[in-house]
Amino acid sequence: MLEIKGLKVKLEEEDKQILKGVDLTVEAGKVHAIMGPNGSGKSTLSYVLSGRDGYEVTGGSASLEGEDLLELEAEERAALGLFLAFQYPVEIPGVGNMTFLRTAVNAQRKARGQEEMSAAEFLKVVRAKAKTLKIDADMLKRPVNVGFSGGEKKRNEILQMAMLEPKMCILDETDSGLDVDAMKLVSEGVNALRDAGRGFLVITHYQRLLDHIKPDVVHIMADGRIVKTGGPELALEVEQNGYADILAEVA
Amino acid sequence: MALDDRKTSATETRLAAMVMPDVGCTKDAREAALARVRAMGLPQRRDEYWKFTRPDTLIQPEAPEAALFDAGEEPMFSDVERLKIVFVDGVFSPEKSDDLALEGVQIDRLEDVCCKDDHWAEDLYGALEADGHDPVHRPLAALNTAYAGDGVTIRVTGKPSKPISLIYTHEDVTSDVFLHHVVRVESGAEATILENGPAAARFNKCMEIDIADGGTLHHIRAQGRDHERRAVTHLFARLGTESVFKSFTLTVNGVLTRNEAVVTLTGDDAVAHVAGAALGDGDFHHDDTVFVTHDALNCESRQVFKKVLRNGATGVFQGKILVKPGAQKTDGYQISQSLLLDDDSQFLAKPELEIYADDVACSHGSTSGAIDEDALFYLRARGVPRDIATDLLTLAFLAEAVEEIESEELRDEIIGRLEGWLERRRG
Repeated sequence: MLEIKGLKVKLEEEDKQILKGVDLTVEAGKVHAIMGPNGSGKSTLSYVLSGRDGYEVTGGSASLEGEDLLELEAEERAALGLFLAFQYPVEIPGVGNMTFLRTAVNAQRKARGQEEMSAAEFLKVVRAKAKTLKIDADMLKRPVNVGFSGGEKKRNEILQMAMLEPKMCILDETDSGLDVDAMKLVSEGVNALRDAGRGFLVITHYQRLLDHIKPDVVHIMADGRIVKTGGPELALEVEQNGYADILAEVA
Repeated sequence: MALDDRKTSATETRLAAMVMPDVGCTKDAREAALARVRAMGLPQRRDEYWKFTRPDTLIQPEAPEAALFDAGEEPMFSDVERLKIVFVDGVFSPEKSDDLALEGVQIDRLEDVCCKDDHWAEDLYGALEADGHDPVHRPLAALNTAYAGDGVTIRVTGKPSKPISLIYTHEDVTSDVFLHHVVRVESGAEATILENGPAAARFNKCMEIDIADGGTLHHIRAQGRDHERRAVTHLFARLGTESVFKSFTLTVNGVLTRNEAVVTLTGDDAVAHVAGAALGDGDFHHDDTVFVTHDALNCESRQVFKKVLRNGATGVFQGKILVKPGAQKTDGYQISQSLLLDDDSQFLAKPELEIYADDVACSHGSTSGAIDEDALFYLRARGVPRDIATDLLTLAFLAEAVEEIESEELRDEIIGRLEGWLERRRG
């Protein structure tokens, strides 16, 4: 599904190398988690994959189902089936949540040569999906993320994911700013989307999200590289001992 | 105070080219207005409120030529059920206009005012304009009162079933037009006035609006799309107790536009909202000069002005909230913002607050910026192409001004025009 080989990335504006050769393959149907200390490059990886400006790829490659992601515009990557759940979802005053969702869904359909969803059909689908995420009509009407609590913003991300039905989902610290109940709700939303055709890359600091979204593979990232890969037990090890032991071990 | 020679000479040069229409009963008002023009002098670049907008093409004797522009779309408000009053190059056209009879409103052509004894508008013509020069002179409005060639008087006595729609078409590439309308909304009455069309090569329009206690007036205007047209307009509104005045202006194109609004809240609990959305591409200079005076208790005023500028377009905002002594519990709000779609465009803003009461809430803000890159990426990461995302964010930027229009039908009409303008500039 997602194949990253020797990916090297620096900031465009300053001479600072963030990713120093990342190798990672996420297979369809699998959930991979990336853990790592602050500043290890986890969020940068998610931004580079989704096409944010400000980064310069200095080496390596990244592809989704064989298509070179790095050559594409952000919107083309999205239409290809890549989705990033933002760590900090952006507030957009003046754009209604529903308008935003519908524009996104139909833009992707159009890019894929599919017919646009009618207003009525869209409304039906969005209402059903919103309900399972406890998103009420008011939240759908309000401007995108404006005045939403931390939990509401993250639920709104998962609603977008559910509506867009991407092939490859990257969740960037989706647990940050969530209380226990909200984390459960968001995790249920993610788990409902798990299926054999979809890959997940879950970026997190903490093991607790992985109690709810059970990963198949756990990677530890440090200083711009994946330094260790293992099963779910690796996350537990981090939880108990912190990153110091692992980092010392691979140093 | 004596005027300097340059000003006097520019004023006299302009006046020499003017002919005062012979309309009996407004004669005194016109003579008085002419005296005001001479006392104030026509605007010059050095005048405090003309620093950002060059007045020379507005005061030179001949109107600069303005090519006719075929927008290739239906004129504004075409699908709206309304009473049409059409002016062609500033001359009322009975053939193109509807029958002026409508329940709840009395509409007369300006020249007919004098044919009727004790016409209600006789004392109002030029009166609000005459009161509107303190402390800022508006000589082009006085010039209008003196020389207006046509116009209508609208007296709202009930709740007319449809909007009164003033339509200004333009056929002559050098037309120089002065129109003057007088509006009186009686106690408890409510109406909507629409205005649209380019009007002339050079258009000077003045509208005096007197709203009695408990009266409500909605004013929605779309200024013509002719690229080379010039316009200077004045709205003078006086609001009585518990009255409401809501004005919205859409300006798309036009080489030079100066819209002045002078609003005075004279009765308690009155509400005045003045809003504008301007879209400029290239040779476009748009100036909103707004002066709201609170002179009563517990009144609310809002000024909401948004401008989208590209390709060297210029936007100007000069807005003031003046709270007079004793105008307690005033709630004043003023926002002026520009969205600069490139590095060549500019926005010049002069927000002013002057407050002489101690129990008021007044806020104001002015910003100038580009498209929010974070929001743009967020939309693109969801699959929305860059150009559509940019348009969506541009409409969002304008939303606060457009939402000042209460009628959903008219609001949608305006939004449709905004979308069309953006769409034509895509890619």
